[in-house]
Amino acid sequence: MYRRSFFGLAAALAVAGTSLFAQDMIKIGAIAPKTGPLAGGAVVTQWPNVRLWVEEVNARGGLDVGGKMKMLELIEYDDKTNPGEHIKLAQRLATQDKVDFIVAPYGTGFNIATAPIYGKFGYPMIAVSAITDKMEELTTRYPNLFFTLGTTTAFVDGVKEILIEQRDAGAIGNEVAMVNVADAFGIELADRARELFGEAGFDIVYDKSYPLGTPDLSPVMKGAKDSGAKAFIAWSYPPDSFGLAEQAIIEDLDVNLYYSAVATSFPAFKGAYGNKINNVLGAGGTDVDNPAIAAYRKAHMDITGEVADYWASANTYASLQILEQAIVGAATLDRDVVTQYIKDNSFDTVMGELSFTNNFSNTFWSVGQWQDGVFRGVKGSNVEGAVPVRAKSGWSE
Amino acid sequence: MKPATVQELIWAGVLVALAAFWPMMSNGYWLGIGVDVMMYTALATSWMLFSGPTHYISLASAAFFGVGGFVVGSGMSDYDASFWSMLALSAVIGGVLAALIGLATLRLSGVYFVIFTLGLAEMIRNLVSWVQNNFLGSRGLYVLTDFTDAHLYWMLLVTAGCVYLLGWIISRSRLGFALRIIGGDETVARHVGINTATAKVILFTTTGVFGAIVGAIIAPRWSYIEPNQVFSPQLSFFVVIMALLGGSGRLWGPVVGVIPFLLIWNWVDSNFSNQSILVLGVAFLVIVYFLPHGFVGRIEQLRASARGRS
Amino acid sequence: MLDILVSGLLLSGTYALVAMGLNLQYGVARIMNLANGEVLVLGALAAFWLYTTAQISPILTVILVIPVAFIGNWLIYRFLLTPLVRRSKSQGALEVDSILATFGMSFIFIGIMVSIEGGFFFYKYLSEPISILGSTTSLNRLVAFLLAVLIAAALYIWLHYTRPGVAVRAVSVSTEASGLVGINVPRTSALAFALGGTITAVGGALISTFITLDASIGVVFTLKALIIVIMGGVGEIRGAIVAAIILGLVETGVATLVDPGLTLAAAYFIFVIILLFRPQGLFGRRAV
Repeated sequence: MYRRSFFGLAAALAVAGTSLFAQDMIKIGAIAPKTGPLAGGAVVTQWPNVRLWVEEVNARGGLDVGGKMKMLELIEYDDKTNPGEHIKLAQRLATQDKVDFIVAPYGTGFNIATAPIYGKFGYPMIAVSAITDKMEELTTRYPNLFFTLGTTTAFVDGVKEILIEQRDAGAIGNEVAMVNVADAFGIELADRARELFGEAGFDIVYDKSYPLGTPDLSPVMKGAKDSGAKAFIAWSYPPDSFGLAEQAIIEDLDVNLYYSAVATSFPAFKGAYGNKINNVLGAGGTDVDNPAIAAYRKAHMDITGEVADYWASANTYASLQILEQAIVGAATLDRDVVTQYIKDNSFDTVMGELSFTNNFSNTFWSVGQWQDGVFRGVKGSNVEGAVPVRAKSGWSE
Repeated sequence: MKPATVQELIWAGVLVALAAFWPMMSNGYWLGIGVDVMMYTALATSWMLFSGPTHYISLASAAFFGVGGFVVGSGMSDYDASFWSMLALSAVIGGVLAALIGLATLRLSGVYFVIFTLGLAEMIRNLVSWVQNNFLGSRGLYVLTDFTDAHLYWMLLVTAGCVYLLGWIISRSRLGFALRIIGGDETVARHVGINTATAKVILFTTTGVFGAIVGAIIAPRWSYIEPNQVFSPQLSFFVVIMALLGGSGRLWGPVVGVIPFLLIWNWVDSNFSNQSILVLGVAFLVIVYFLPHGFVGRIEQLRASARGRS
Repeated sequence: MLDILVSGLLLSGTYALVAMGLNLQYGVARIMNLANGEVLVLGALAAFWLYTTAQISPILTVILVIPVAFIGNWLIYRFLLTPLVRRSKSQGALEVDSILATFGMSFIFIGIMVSIEGGFFFYKYLSEPISILGSTTSLNRLVAFLLAVLIAAALYIWLHYTRPGVAVRAVSVSTEASGLVGINVPRTSALAFALGGTITAVGGALISTFITLDASIGVVFTLKALIIVIMGGVGEIRGAIVAAIILGLVETGVATLVDPGLTLAAAYFIFVIILLFRPQGLFGRRAV
């Protein structure tokens, strides 16, 4: 089971939020799915970090804004993974609740859909769970929007490099079996992969898509197995990353390289399949030996009671640290000043020193691998601690 | 549905003119609610044009809405087309699709039609995703325009006005007369020589056209189109419930249903977020057990009893 | 090819069971129950919840679900649907009313389920590979199939060889005639509705062992069950079984040979063909 109910959390936050006087508070708004197709990801990656950050800041006595300590008050809504709903709630945050700052939404589409609303009110949006190749156009249009998790191309490039390395090492041939979830994100990555893998001389011998929420992935895996390719790539989402692994184990998929995208880095992934998924590759990664990351992961466990995921959790927390340091540094709640501060400065976060060039932070992990119970980063941009990739062999415990 | 009067048309015109000032009086959240109200008014009224006289419960709104959003997204992102040309194209595609569905199902009993439309949005989402994945390729469907909520509000207001006007014209035409007979008794209608299937298909096609137009207008608001989200089946149920809550006896019925439903929904949604879907369920049961003719039916009942007393 | 045959047949077992449930509700009780899929998902949720919180085997859950679902569905029929049956002047009016009422119920079920578990009902039970005729599948699929066949067989025998079973079939042929020969039609209808709901919930518990469901997926199963019922002919148990096998094979075939994204489109394609050429169903005796 990789998800827990959020009622305990909401209750805890309600208590934390109401016991203080409003004028000493900084109102923070957060909208992300708690139900619907994207809830599975948001409940692991987004919500626990928002909660962790608010609790930690308030435990320290709040934020020092120009010499006055202010506590954080969190207002949270469930967008039900529905853009119309999300837009309405974003307008509510901005014009009814009049929050001081917001946590950027979860999911590429939601960040882009709300950028005009938040832009109009000057909210800095430090997007994490948003991966796109259109960054330049988007940040020109919405100067308050920041990206921190990398581009579509970077993600495909990470996988391509590993494919080339493994081919050179003789673990795989030129043949690749590739599947993708037929939704915006999966289609975009698969489209890019066809181009980049082809350029690198790979032959995609099995190329199939399946709709988001396909309950039965057995035919997909049977097809991939029949193709005989020694490398399997899946541009997948949370429910299907699990379903594919399950079918791979049942079919005993004989590959030396197995990659599934989102949710492979979730602790529950290992929770479900134990050591059978050793040497499985996935999107993301982290360096658990880094002291800052280790301390962050411990705090995450202590306060939320859950193990942090091995990818965007740290980025999400880092984005909140950036917001925090920008508010303190700018010494004001004036959003334009804070936004400018984010553009002009660098920030000390769990992901290391982060700064923005054209609203883009180029520090992120792109590929990680389960190695003896830990999901370690193997490819990334401006990150240290990458470990060598291992070949996959079999699905036994 | 009763034939609409000239008096009603004048009232509707005054209302539309007044509604046009809403963006000047509100912004942000309440303007956003206004956009929702206009969107559902257009969808529910066009739903009513078809389902009011035929009593067929169509759950296809989400499918047409999704087609409109997807055509705009794909056209603007993949082919650099303009918003306006894609708006026109989506209306055509929505209409053709509706006509095909109508031809396949409307000759038979209403149950088959309901079942067919029940999963239609989901099926078209799968089909569209498959086509996009295998034939179009895509770097994400972005709909980046300079439209604000006020612009979209006015566009939807015009659409809703057009739907009303069309309904008004139909209700006074030969087609409207034919439909009233079909609604009364379809067998009788066939015996007096009305081509019932054609009449139904024509009306269903208008539903498809307007559904797609509304979807296309909403696309710039969402900015980034994911098939999974534009084809959300929940929209179909919203349209049905708002139309029925208003009542199917009058062309202006949906407006009376849309506003209270959206206000209640938003109130529950922001206060008891986890329970909001229950509101939809309860609303359906209220219709069946307590308000079978909607608010319109209740209003006319009160009016009749008031007249009876005086 | 063999893979398709084996997987398709295994899938059709549970489809047949669920369609039989809907058939009892629509064919006998005359209620077009569009909350059928949600009842299925409720069964799945019970299996998921009991397994993850108390480690209760889904097979045991199936047995636990039977009395709960039976009483629950009976109460729904007795208190929510009977008033509609009484007030309806025609089958058409009843259909519109029951469609709207069961929509309401389906959303109430979804609301309840979301407040229990908003995400996917993901758990692993008997997820072991097993080889049948050289085709690999998982043990949970085989177990679910065998149980579905067992339950379907029991239902078939009950319907054909017991007094209440024969009464149920008589009502499905004609409400008026059954009333004339002394069958208590309202009671038999309530029984059929409750039994149909129970079978659907049991099917849901079985399906959840090998397919990951979530609170909002019910409508897809409602649709598939409806397509099977219409394809087989309303009120036809044997027709439903044949139709379920056809749907299971076509879905698996399309997923394997063409694209997994087109399984629903394939189901629709079958549906359109049936509507255009044989609206009374493969085994239907009368136009509906």
